[in-house]
Formats: sequence, structure tokens, C-alpha cells
Amino acid sequence: MDNAATTSLKPEVLEAMMPYLTGKYGNASTLYLEGREAREAVEQARERTARALGAEPEEIYFTSGGTEADNWAIKGVAFARREKGNHIITSQIEHHAVLHPCEYLEKHGFRVTYLPVDSDGLVDPGDVSRAIEQDTVLVSIMFANNEIGTIEPVAEIARICREKGVLFHTDAVQAVGHVPVNVEKLGVDLLSLSAHKFHGPKGIGALYVRKGVRLDPFIHGGGQERNRRAGTENVAGIVGLGAAIELASSSLEERAARIAALRDKLIGGVLEKVPDVRLNGHRTMRLPGNAHFCFRFIEGESLLLNLDVKGVSASSGSACTSGSLEPSHVLLALGLPHEMAAGSLRLTLGDDNTQEDVDYVLEILPETVNKLRMMSPLYAARRG
Amino acid sequence: MYTEKVMDHFMNPRNVGEIPDADGVGEVGNPKCGDIMKMFIKVENDRIMDAKFLTFGCAAAIATSSMATELIKGKTLEEALEVTNKTVAEALDGLPPVKMHCSVLAEEALRAAINDYRRRKGLVTGDVAPNKIEVPDCKPDK
Repeated sequence: MDNAATTSLKPEVLEAMMPYLTGKYGNASTLYLEGREAREAVEQARERTARALGAEPEEIYFTSGGTEADNWAIKGVAFARREKGNHIITSQIEHHAVLHPCEYLEKHGFRVTYLPVDSDGLVDPGDVSRAIEQDTVLVSIMFANNEIGTIEPVAEIARICREKGVLFHTDAVQAVGHVPVNVEKLGVDLLSLSAHKFHGPKGIGALYVRKGVRLDPFIHGGGQERNRRAGTENVAGIVGLGAAIELASSSLEERAARIAALRDKLIGGVLEKVPDVRLNGHRTMRLPGNAHFCFRFIEGESLLLNLDVKGVSASSGSACTSGSLEPSHVLLALGLPHEMAAGSLRLTLGDDNTQEDVDYVLEILPETVNKLRMMSPLYAARRG
Repeated sequence: MYTEKVMDHFMNPRNVGEIPDADGVGEVGNPKCGDIMKMFIKVENDRIMDAKFLTFGCAAAIATSSMATELIKGKTLEEALEVTNKTVAEALDGLPPVKMHCSVLAEEALRAAINDYRRRKGLVTGDVAPNKIEVPDCKPDK
């Protein structure tokens, strides 16, 4: 139950990719038959991606993944618009693929405002409006949070940015393929996505760049992607992205409804069966597959290793998992104390999960939490 | 990332719990570091007859607590003080480098418990040997 980390490659997607990993190995930049075949496949995937997002094909640029797309959007706009200003606005709960490029830009003379969020993880569009100054060149707020699943008011923030003449980027890596994402309806200028989050292959993503938006190249070299992103195209990966996004969009609503029902059963069951638990993220404005909790008095890594032994793959944004000892920046931004943030568990459901999976988690989770609590000095202190 | 021994002591920890009439209690760590260990010892004739622990922390923290209590049971206080974080880590067939601080906590919990015992017996003054040690920073290695 860790579909936010990655998803399985759909057999149909692999099938679409196979010819370009075997016989059709042409370089899309060459002029002979094999090259033309590869070019055609790349452009078809671009059209599929554009259609899924409500964009034009020439607004889609393929990248090595979500992280590169985020890096490119932020650094590319910042450096291209340096003459106009050096101020960037983002939120405290962004993925590190956004936060770390922002911190890097701070070392290069840019100013960054990291907006706070409320206890559900929502950014206040009013805060965005108030933070925009004369020299603001970019606002970057994620579509949906990767840890707690909260969906941000992106359309409203985009409208504010447009009114004030500031470019708006959204990291939609967790959203695309799971909730409707239409760049026209949203009014965003740049949007990042990653194929392996919606049953496509790893190592491929895309950046949507609205027509007319200037940004510096991030990878310099050959003239691929209309001189904006150098490097021989990952043809099989691009084909896989195109196939996966088409597949995900075709059945989006039914899939989302099924998964959201499982999620609600899981959340309801955990809140009912386990005392001293907090549901993190907004109750309704959240990704269909995301359930995220903090269990008081215990630590996340112990919990997820116990679950792993019982056959459940989960994630914890907690300290020990990553090797760093800092609790999740997202949970701290919600205002949770360290010891509470340490006891976090993220379960993310996807197409492969069933009712039985949810029942099984609801069966083993309460006893696992209890086992760890019986070892905890914090729990003993509370019991007195 | 963890050895079989770590996983065994984590999944089936030995000596979990409190000793209500303990002769020495040591508590170390703070929630900011993610780990808190509380160690209880029962002492007779200078020998540790029983040891128990409560730990809030990751798998390595729980496994090192479990192993530390196993290692000191039956030892004299002098012998127990020779148990270091390295002894505990080695007994577990090693810990990942980022988790070595957990074994340091186990050693400190043990020392704090022995110090508490000695303070109660009037062997040292309370000011010199507190039984509660706040670990000030969260650096992985000592």
C-alpha cells in the first residue's frame, strides 16, 4: 500500500513500449526509416499527453521525471526572468524537488517566501496574493501533497497569479492520472508530472509549458525538444508515458471512485479501532488513494517494519526511515510536535488494492500499534 | 538494512516493561531526536539481577535496548559499566552507520540507571549523576 511511492507498470503500457526496446531502436533525431518511426512514436505520445491535460502538443516537453521537471520549471523561469525580479513564492510543504531548487536559488541571490499551511495542509490563496510583490517572478504550489494527500486550491491560486502577472507552476506529480488535471481549466503556466506514479515506467516525466512562457534550458546540449531540453529522447519511456496517461485518463472517474471508497473505509476503520490517532491532511480535499496518520507514543519506522513483516508495504515520513533524524517537514508545517510527527504512517491505495487488503490492514494495524505502545515510555507516562 | 539479530530483537524484544520497585532507573534521549529510552535495574549484592526497558524509537533503538538489557543481566555493576555502545552493536552483528546513535543511547541509559542506583545508595551525590540525561543534539554519531 505504497502507491504514492510508485505503481506497477501496466501490461498494456509495457506492450506499447516493447517495440522501442527491441527492433525499433532508432534515434528520433535521425532521418532514415528507423529514426522516423521513433520520431512518430514520440510525437504520438506527446499528443496523447497533451490531450490528457487539455494542452497543445507543442506545450509538452519530456524530461527524465518529476524531479527534473520541477527543477527545470523553477530554475528555468527564475533565470529567464531575472531582469524582472528575484522573488519566488512557494509553500513549506512542497516536495524536496521544489524546495531544494528554491534553496539553491537563494544561494544565487534570489529571495524565496515559503508560505505556511493550515492544520490540514491547505495553502491560503489570500496568503499567495499578499506575498506577491513587484519583483515576484514565479509562484510554485503543489497540486496535491505527496505525504498527506491534501489537494491545494490550485485554480484559485492560478487566477490570482494571472491577475497579478506572475507565472504559476504546479507540481502535479501525485495528481496526474488520479484526479482530473486540465491546464486550461486550472489556468496554470507550468505543470510537472511523472509517469511511474500512474502505472507508467520510471525515468520519464514531462513539463507542461504554456505557449509564450519563457524559461532557460536546464539540460544543455543537442537541439531536442525544440531546443529546450537536450539529450537523445528516451523513446520507449516517452511511449510508455503516452500509453499510461491515456489509459489513466480513459477510466479516471470510475477508478478514482473505487479507490476513494477503499480509502474512506480504511480511514474510518483506523479512526474507529485505534485510540490516540490523528488523520493528517484534509478530510475531503485529498487524493483518492491517500490515508495518512500519526499514532501517538510510537515511532513510524518501527510501525512500518512491523507491517512489512506482516506483508504490508507502507511508508513513514518519519525521521528514521530516511536516515536523517529530522521528522517530516510537512508534518511540522501542520504544527505537529516532534514526537507526534515521528509516529506517522502513510498508506496509499491504487488500482491493485482490494477490499481484502483494507480489511487485512484494519485487522493487523490495531494490534501492531498496541504492541509498540506497550514498549513506549511515553505511553507508560500517559497511563501513569 | 538491518541484520537478522537486530530484526529478531526488534520483533521479539526481551525484557520489555517496567520494574515497579527498581533500584535504579535511567532515562535518556528526547523526542526531538526521535528516541527515548528508559532502563530499570534491580540490584542485589552489587549484581544486576533484573533489567527491563521502555523505548520510544526506531527498530534499532528497540533492538539495542533489548540487547543491552540482555547483556547486563547477571553482571556486577563494574562489569556492566564496561558494556559500551560498540559492545551492544557488535552483539547485534552491527548497525547501519546512521543508526549508531541508537547504541549510544542504550549505553547512556544503562549508565544513567547505574548512576541512579548509586545515588540512591548515597555512593554519589545527586548533582553529579543525574538519572535523566537530555541528549542535546541529534547528531548520528558520538
